[in-house]
Amino acid sequence: MYDTSDIRKGLKVLMDGNPYNVIEFQFVKPGKGAAFTRTKFKNLLTGAVVERNIRSGEKLEPANVETRDMQFLYKEGGDLVFMDQTNYEQVTIAADLIGDAHDLMKDNLPCTVVFFNERPVDVTLPTFVFLEVTASEPGVRGDTSGNVQKPATVETGAEVSVPLFIRVGDTIKIDTRTHEYVERVNKT
Amino acid sequence: MQRGRVVALLDGAAIVRTQRAMLTVADPPASWRIGMFVDAETRELIGGREHLPTSGSEITRLSPARIANLEARARALATVRAFFAERGFLEVETPLIVPSPGLEIHLDAIAAGDGYLITSPEYSMKRLLAGGLEKIFQVCKCFRGNESGPHHAGEFTMIEWYRAFDTIEAIARDTEELVHAVCGDHAVLGDRRISLAPPWRRMTVREAMQEWAGVRVAGDESAAELTAAVRTAGIEIADGLAWDDAFFTAWLARVDPALAQLDHAILIVDWPAPLAALARRKDGDPTTALRFEAYVGGMELANAFDELVDPDEQAQRFREEQAIRRERGRPVYPIDTKLIAALYEGMPPSGGIALGFDRLVMLATGASTIAHVQTFADSER
Repeated sequence: MYDTSDIRKGLKVLMDGNPYNVIEFQFVKPGKGAAFTRTKFKNLLTGAVVERNIRSGEKLEPANVETRDMQFLYKEGGDLVFMDQTNYEQVTIAADLIGDAHDLMKDNLPCTVVFFNERPVDVTLPTFVFLEVTASEPGVRGDTSGNVQKPATVETGAEVSVPLFIRVGDTIKIDTRTHEYVERVNKT
Repeated sequence: MQRGRVVALLDGAAIVRTQRAMLTVADPPASWRIGMFVDAETRELIGGREHLPTSGSEITRLSPARIANLEARARALATVRAFFAERGFLEVETPLIVPSPGLEIHLDAIAAGDGYLITSPEYSMKRLLAGGLEKIFQVCKCFRGNESGPHHAGEFTMIEWYRAFDTIEAIARDTEELVHAVCGDHAVLGDRRISLAPPWRRMTVREAMQEWAGVRVAGDESAAELTAAVRTAGIEIADGLAWDDAFFTAWLARVDPALAQLDHAILIVDWPAPLAALARRKDGDPTTALRFEAYVGGMELANAFDELVDPDEQAQRFREEQAIRRERGRPVYPIDTKLIAALYEGMPPSGGIALGFDRLVMLATGASTIAHVQTFADSER
């Protein structure tokens, strides 16, 4: 069992039979009262967010949640197929579960898949992916001021805003949480 | 790859803050500038020296915002001292290490030497009232274990003052005027303006619980009865809670968020007897204690009592608190026998209050967390 001192972002707990992920927490203590941890939980199955005040001393039940490192193999319609490299087991996961970032996924991308009672419920991508630019208009010469951006298409088909100096064939680093361009990188 | 930001350039070295640590990097490239994001891992560390993480706050080089906060803090302190001097209060200094820290059930004292660091200067200041002083104030550090959050620090500064031969009403007026003197007509918190102009609105605890939580609090009901009332109001609550825990479950779920929405300061008065702490009960109403709390923008700023001066009742409450601490497996601190002796000799009827100075500076500056207004936050020790 967990207590309030274990609460941190990413802690997986079971409440009313559902797995929840802690997404936010804050210490609160009313004058002359017990300490509570005001905690926001996200339901790993439905995405619904609930807030609860957990009293110091109260126990939380760990959820039977397993985290496995898996490799993304390929897309199949609206589904994505992953493989556990330790036992070659394949798992099919709906693209919805991954959200906006699914169009940044290239074959062989290492991901973390969360299973609740052996069912995949969440996929975490690496924070950054490195993708080649396949299409982009050339930047207007002379316009080198800071924040001007243009659209570019990368090899997975996703569209990303990039600075004007980026050209087709460049490899760029993209933040999967925000879909934002980070920097140009040399090919490795 | 360990990326970080250059926070200082020294002769032959740079200080780089990464997410985990402060790194000293030898012979940085000439192109490095303060504020630049760099790849720190490829550089050699001087003597392998790795500084402790500072949880994101600037202490090596104070940010202009932090310096402005510290200047506001110094001004606030000067205003506080002038405020009490004008009103004829004597500034006192009482011990920070004591044999008997507060017995309050939800406070953890920190051991120091033969005793404990104070959680508040209350007991010593009451002995001064019994000893013949009438209007006293103090600004001092207090220490509480296991408290850390946007409004809580383990080491913080308290303003505490007392008026002998006076009532909690006089303390309420002092509070309104002091906060107004330090912060002006408004506190600006984010995009909200909270009116601080005296007099402040008053509301009883029972009114607040009725209006915002839909819970009727009598003050003499059992813990199980209160729990049932909280559940009936639609608030999720476990069974088997103590009276105060049931109360605060409803308070935090409904009243606290409502207080945070108010655009004016408020005094929450007349606390139910189980939350009397060191307050006197109302004459003719044993279910109500003469206690108030001041809230500004949802932040609890101060707690005041019409002080309990009856030595027998005080000794009895201390023994009860010890019993509850024992029952809950919490450390049981000794009873302050010198305080009890002083009460037997005679402490005049008095009003007293503790007001969090750091929180007052938060209101004066609009800071969102206590760490931003402390000279050194707990994490920067």
